[in-house]
Amino acid sequence: MNRFSTNLCIALILGGAAAMALLNLATAPEFGLHVPTYAVSLVGKYLCYAILALALDLVWGYAGILSLGHAAFFAIGGYAMGMYLMRQIGTRGVYGNAILPDFMVFLNYKELPWYWHGFDNPLFALSMALIVPALIALVFGYLAFRSRVSGVYLSIITQALTYALLLAFFRNDMGFGGNNGLTDFKDMFGLRLQDDNTRVGLLLASAIMLVLCLLVARYVVTSRFGRVLIAVRDTEARTRFLGYRPESYKLFVFVLSAIMAGIGGALYVPQVGIINPGEFSPANSIEAVIWVAVGGRGTLVGAILGAILVNAGKTYFTGAFPEIWLFALGFLFILVTLLLPKGVLGLLQSKRQAKPGESKP
Amino acid sequence: MTIGPVSGSLLYLNGVSVSFDGFRAINNLSLVLEPGEMRAVIGPNGAGKTTMMDIITGKTRPDEGQVIFGAETDLTRLDEPAIAALGIGRKFQKPTVFEPHTVWDNLLLALAGDRRPRFTLWARETSEEQDRIEEILATIRLGDLRRMRAGDLSHGQKQWLEIGMLLAQEPQLLLVDEPVAGMTDSETAQTADLLREINRTRSVVVVEHDMEFVRALGVKVTVLHEGSVLSEGSIDHVSADPKVIEVYLGR
Repeated sequence: MNRFSTNLCIALILGGAAAMALLNLATAPEFGLHVPTYAVSLVGKYLCYAILALALDLVWGYAGILSLGHAAFFAIGGYAMGMYLMRQIGTRGVYGNAILPDFMVFLNYKELPWYWHGFDNPLFALSMALIVPALIALVFGYLAFRSRVSGVYLSIITQALTYALLLAFFRNDMGFGGNNGLTDFKDMFGLRLQDDNTRVGLLLASAIMLVLCLLVARYVVTSRFGRVLIAVRDTEARTRFLGYRPESYKLFVFVLSAIMAGIGGALYVPQVGIINPGEFSPANSIEAVIWVAVGGRGTLVGAILGAILVNAGKTYFTGAFPEIWLFALGFLFILVTLLLPKGVLGLLQSKRQAKPGESKP
Repeated sequence: MTIGPVSGSLLYLNGVSVSFDGFRAINNLSLVLEPGEMRAVIGPNGAGKTTMMDIITGKTRPDEGQVIFGAETDLTRLDEPAIAALGIGRKFQKPTVFEPHTVWDNLLLALAGDRRPRFTLWARETSEEQDRIEEILATIRLGDLRRMRAGDLSHGQKQWLEIGMLLAQEPQLLLVDEPVAGMTDSETAQTADLLREINRTRSVVVVEHDMEFVRALGVKVTVLHEGSVLSEGSIDHVSADPKVIEVYLGR
């Protein structure tokens, strides 16, 4: 992995987010370079997707685990945050119940389900956004990797995992708002969610968390652990006969990746204002795979680049030509698979290396 | 055939059998390897050579029989990483190295040491490790290529790198599957030298098709046929054995 591109990426994320923050808060709407608040939240959303893409690249690019259910961890992180935001609504809900969220009153709940307790505490909710994805990944990964499930079979059961969660969260009696999910949030940490300051704060928090995740991921993949992981990805049998236990390497990185995805989801929900079971849809997880493939699998920075590029493209296309977006996405995936096996980042790097007088890294 | 006492042997296989879908790949196989010995195992295709290695390294569990390493370690109860940790290294038929990594990193990952994630996550290269890698690079004659990607090595160089990785593991016993397949004559001769050098400190089992190579090694030979031992002794002894001649030339 290229140190230069990682550092450049970090500078761009932090610099870009800070510039947007400044242009939103310190300039008047009439000013030509003013950044409207909706754009702040849009970019914040892209950065959350980038965290998911980074998490996916860590398992797919470096451990060869093609997870087609990674958006499940993202969604669970989102639900944990959503539960906190629901509890903050209090008496401002339609039914004015201080304890029960609106959907529970509507569904005739008499008291808060046990698993909703504690979510009025932001620290508890935030830690659940990390712990619950980590636990699910731990149990799922332990069983899958211990039984040496790999390749396409593993991909299929990750898909089944997210689909099962999709169906479960659709049910009203799960106590997570069923089909409608959790929405109508008012404030967070005592700040109104609609305020520009809060929006900018969330953007900056997303940028900082993305950079932290990138730094952790870079440390992991460049450590000796990371080199074993790449060895496991390419030549699992050899690592086993050398005395390594591939399953513990995969499990560690899978859990770490699930935690990162959970962080992404927790930051995503306050910025988009809703979390519903649709986030568990298998298509979401597959889209995340496309971001990573487009940006460049196994490069970390490429995953971030891919998530931002594809989502910016999605925003543009779904506005300008809504009916062709899915075709464009499918075409993009085919194009990248055929022509850019190392993604956009691979293309950029080969251009850089091709320049005369520059030595290979 | 009779089998020597367990005590004193490094590897002891007794009455081992394994079937795949009704096909007896290994049939009542018995074999004793002394500490410090080098043994060549030959036999026609399908004789069970690779399956025997799979059983010793824990990849395949035998249906019956004993596989004892050292004084009393029962290998049939252990899996691959546990057996590797005991000091049994294995070279595959097809050279299997970590292609995206440098020659240096391949050896570093193979060096004996803590294999747990909680160690490798924080591990820093120590000067002892560097000395050890330098030593192995000299043995396998790849010192000038230390920074090269293993995937860019020639076929023969990959074979040596893999042997170097086995050395780095510091095993007591090395199982080497067809080390000279696809090698040039000079590479073959160098590989024979390398194996003899390794054998000065470790026991080696070499599975090989190439009779010239086996002759060059000059060690005791076990001939496998249909999953059991057909003949055993010096290369001249086994190649004069009528049973061996029939198996190799008779049909």
